[in-house]
Amino acid sequence: MHFPYLSFMTFFPLVGMLIIGLMPSHRADCIKKVALFTTLPPLVAAIGLLMHFDKANAGLQLFEGPYAWIPAFHIQYYMGVDGLSLVMLLLTALVCPICILASWGIEKSPKGYFALFLLLDSAMMGVFSSLDFFLFYVFWEVMLLPMYFLIGIWGGPRREYAAVKFFLYTLLGSVLMLLVMLAFYFYSDGNTFNLVTLANQQTHLGPLKGEHFRHLCWLGLFIGFAIKIPAFPFHTWLPDAHVEAPTAISVILAAVLLKMGIYGILRICYPILPDATVHFGTLMAVIGVINIVYGALCAMAQKDFKKLIAYSSISHMGFCLLGMSSFTPEGLNGTVLQMFNHGTITAQLFLLVGVIYDRAHHRDLEGFGGMAQIMPRYSAMTAFAFFAALGLPGLSGFVSEVLCFLGGFRSFPIITVISVSGVVLTAAYMLWTYQRVFLGQVNEKYKAFSDITARELTTLIPLVIIVVVLGVYPSYILDLMNPTLVALGKTLTDLKIAGL
Amino acid sequence: MLNMVWLVPILPLIGAFLNGGYSFSGKKLVRPLVHTIACGAILGSFLVTLLTFIHFLGLPSEERSVTVTLFSWLNLTNVKADVAFLIDPLSLVMMMIITGVGSVIHIYSIGYMSHEKSYARYFAYLNLFCFAMLCLVMGSNLLILFVGWEGVGLCSYLLIGFWFHEKKNAVAGMKAFLVNRVGDFAFICGTMLLLWSLVSVGQGTVTYTELKGAVHLLTNQTVMGFPVLTVVTLLFFIGATGKSAQIPLYVWLPDAMAGPTPVSALIHAATMVTAGVYMIARLNFMYSLAPDTMNVVATVGYATAIFAASIGFTQNDIKKVLAYSTVSQLGFMFGAVGVGAYTAGVFHLMTHAFFKACLFLGSGSVIHAMSGEQDMRKMGGLKDHLPITYKTFLLATVAIAGIFPFAGFFSKDEILWHTFNKEPVLWCVGVLAALGTAIYMLRLVAMTFFGACRADEKTKHHIHESPATMTIPLIILAFLSVCGGLLGIPEALGHLVGWEHSNLLESWLEPVFAGPHHEVEAGHTMEYLLMIFSLGVALGGCYLGYTLYTRRQDIPERFVRRFPRLHRLVENKYYVDEIYQKFIVDNLLRLNQWLALFDQKVIDGIVNLTGSITKVGAFISGWFDRVFVDGLVNLSANLTLQGGRGLRLAQTGRIQDYLYVVVAISLLILFWRFS
Repeated sequence: MHFPYLSFMTFFPLVGMLIIGLMPSHRADCIKKVALFTTLPPLVAAIGLLMHFDKANAGLQLFEGPYAWIPAFHIQYYMGVDGLSLVMLLLTALVCPICILASWGIEKSPKGYFALFLLLDSAMMGVFSSLDFFLFYVFWEVMLLPMYFLIGIWGGPRREYAAVKFFLYTLLGSVLMLLVMLAFYFYSDGNTFNLVTLANQQTHLGPLKGEHFRHLCWLGLFIGFAIKIPAFPFHTWLPDAHVEAPTAISVILAAVLLKMGIYGILRICYPILPDATVHFGTLMAVIGVINIVYGALCAMAQKDFKKLIAYSSISHMGFCLLGMSSFTPEGLNGTVLQMFNHGTITAQLFLLVGVIYDRAHHRDLEGFGGMAQIMPRYSAMTAFAFFAALGLPGLSGFVSEVLCFLGGFRSFPIITVISVSGVVLTAAYMLWTYQRVFLGQVNEKYKAFSDITARELTTLIPLVIIVVVLGVYPSYILDLMNPTLVALGKTLTDLKIAGL
Repeated sequence: MLNMVWLVPILPLIGAFLNGGYSFSGKKLVRPLVHTIACGAILGSFLVTLLTFIHFLGLPSEERSVTVTLFSWLNLTNVKADVAFLIDPLSLVMMMIITGVGSVIHIYSIGYMSHEKSYARYFAYLNLFCFAMLCLVMGSNLLILFVGWEGVGLCSYLLIGFWFHEKKNAVAGMKAFLVNRVGDFAFICGTMLLLWSLVSVGQGTVTYTELKGAVHLLTNQTVMGFPVLTVVTLLFFIGATGKSAQIPLYVWLPDAMAGPTPVSALIHAATMVTAGVYMIARLNFMYSLAPDTMNVVATVGYATAIFAASIGFTQNDIKKVLAYSTVSQLGFMFGAVGVGAYTAGVFHLMTHAFFKACLFLGSGSVIHAMSGEQDMRKMGGLKDHLPITYKTFLLATVAIAGIFPFAGFFSKDEILWHTFNKEPVLWCVGVLAALGTAIYMLRLVAMTFFGACRADEKTKHHIHESPATMTIPLIILAFLSVCGGLLGIPEALGHLVGWEHSNLLESWLEPVFAGPHHEVEAGHTMEYLLMIFSLGVALGGCYLGYTLYTRRQDIPERFVRRFPRLHRLVENKYYVDEIYQKFIVDNLLRLNQWLALFDQKVIDGIVNLTGSITKVGAFISGWFDRVFVDGLVNLSANLTLQGGRGLRLAQTGRIQDYLYVVVAISLLILFWRFS
């Protein structure tokens, strides 16, 4: 019996939430400290999990359960990790304390803010550890609630519109997911929500008979997850949500929440509906290339700093779609690595926008100029993050992008070649933005701005270190997930070859 | 010695890290500390390179190729790449140039940048550049090459835009990076195609030593009807046109002169821009199997050589002339590798690194003396004021013009000789470009150093020879420009004095380029003739250039008056920048705006429309609910209420009223019953 890392990581934040709930609301400083110290033990647990994890084992491991939860409907409490979820858990555990630090300046009812944040933390961990579809669904839905309030109460001027849009859009996806979940339940042998059992059933041969029905199920799930990615054309909630959300919430949204779309597809669609996945491979690749190129082109036209980064997220998530649609080990590794890297890099970008927004109270790209002379350290950090985002070799983003391309090229050469133009476009909007905001003549209005503070730097430095280390030595992450993804890819490739 | 070789790139990286951190910390600047770190790092690299070189000299030629693996970078099913260095004669030549010329330029920078506020930042970038460039040439596989390839692009961006408070410089840096990314696009596509083609024949690899043994398996493979190797090599070549400033992607290099002059010397003349030539030389075994690509490379190379040379005539900015000259000389190098004369290409790369670095540093010395003035029309007569600069500059000019026995003569002559054997038409273009080179270089010298000084009084007053940190590098490079050619004396000349293997560079590089390119060459007589001819051309060019721009300045002026249109066309660099701006950049920006609008109005419009429709639906159903469903409920309640109200009237509580009713009803019943 091992230490229940997953349950601990999932439910420990709730303890913090309860403590904060019992604290007087005027003790803001204490609340912040409690919140910070609540997010640290899960990070330690995540490292413990990493130590315990058997890299050579491709399958799920470190199970907790299955324990009967609602026996009448065969609903179980069942958790476990493989290479895929481990990487996502590490990312979540890492980003949460950073977000708490980045929220230090919250003045409007901090008690509610941090309590909700910890609830969100708990739900995110839960999503990445669940092996029971029902449990997964519960965590998935629980995540919506704190997010809705965090944007709707602590957001910018159009926060209500953005929060409602986010909530309803995601809920629409959840409904589709719910339907498919029930279909899985009723059509499986022995009516189960257990994802492992469902995957082992080989639905394409057994229970879920009827190709069209399976395709329908796949599409239902895909739309549900695509909204979260967000994949074209379901992406328009993201720029609004990002623009209105407070800095830390933007960070968590981009770094962790967006990953759940891809994670869901890899965890549920791929193993349970492999033949439908193969059938829709081209669709995913096409959406991927649209995300990449369209997202980059839209980003170039933005005037709002945060909106620009939101569109760059859309573009970068397209690499994931392209990589995973290839079913090659390179593509799948690239996808999951890109998820992790996008988490660390885009988190930096949003943190950096937050820094300048806190000082200037606007994000208009045309309204700055010459900031590199006023805030040299801040500019250096931004330059680093920008070059990481545009995939500079030696930094982590490059490795994952190249792997996505390499994988994609094997299955979809033309689509991939079009996607590669994304590297030119990304460089164009990133450098153009940098030039407009940081270079050129100094804007006299902002001459008195202070440079980046120690607290702001503290939020960035761990991410910078990870980006460099993974750029130089990507095996730290690749070794964790490669066996899992090779096994996953093999099933699909075999099916694809058999189908041809 | 080889277990130390990883120090070569790592030392500059450490230097960059230290100075970068120093600059970031914002601590008080201590200049000696900064340049001791930076110069120490690169000199250390040079020392290690030199020791490795000496070690290699002691080995038999077939053992002169060692791979030093540091760790595994990617280890996936089909893609395996190590962080490893391939040390062989070719990479050693490049390492010697980079660390050697690099060291000289680092030292020169101490003087040139002595008034600069961001001193630490400058040296951090310069060291970082050396690291990236060394990765590029030392990497044992295509992925590490690409890491260096992009890394030098980054440093080039940072250094071109070093004085970023001027928008012009920042834009020039951005332009350089983006144009290079266009080339990188092709490079990435080429790598993918190559890798998967090799995987399909069971030899998936990106490591040079393995590629060398595997590429012949691809000779019969095709992609979309074209031979795979031709497509791959062409894609790589497109990448090279970006980095090495060839047609059509050369446009960034002249703008890149916005950076500090030592940067122009190191990055935009001696090292980075030659990366494309190095890459083709490195992959010679692949290019040799793709004759169609070779023709393209040679043609583009010579076309660029003559095209850029023609622009060189009309520029008045001293650095711009040198920039176009660099583009032109790089064209010669591509011409060389394009006709299969890899050694000649590398030879010219090396001599060019010497004399062009010397010319750039010399121009830096001139600009330094002229208080930042770069327009040659405001110079003149500097030869007495700047004696060392003048002499070194003149030696380098003679070298680039190709006068015997200076460095440029040997390398250029070797290129032209191989071209003549392969493609006489291109040889003619090459000779013309060489003539042009001699003329515009002498024009440059004449306008800068001869005649009367045209500067204003204030500037004139300040003119002074540069300090020793700047002049000593000039002397070193001038020396190399004079003697560097002796490393590659053609066999035909060596033969005359009874020296069999006089071309030292060729025998040194032989293990790398040994391959199927041993065509039958014309006899020595022809070679002598051509040698004398090209020497004549160079001498003629020099004489012409000198005469036209000193004693007979009326001739070029008359020419300009005679062909004003042509002159304007060339002066404006054939309007290539304008064409790119109009047809590519502007359209792209329009497309962005249009798509963003589409996203906002159409895609998000549909979302909001759905929301609105739902709202309308909700309003209608709410209205229906309120009016009909709830109306019905209320109606029944109202009816009961009103009924009750009506009936209440009957409840008067008076016995008489009730009795009236009883009587009335009884009467009615009776009436009804008995009527």
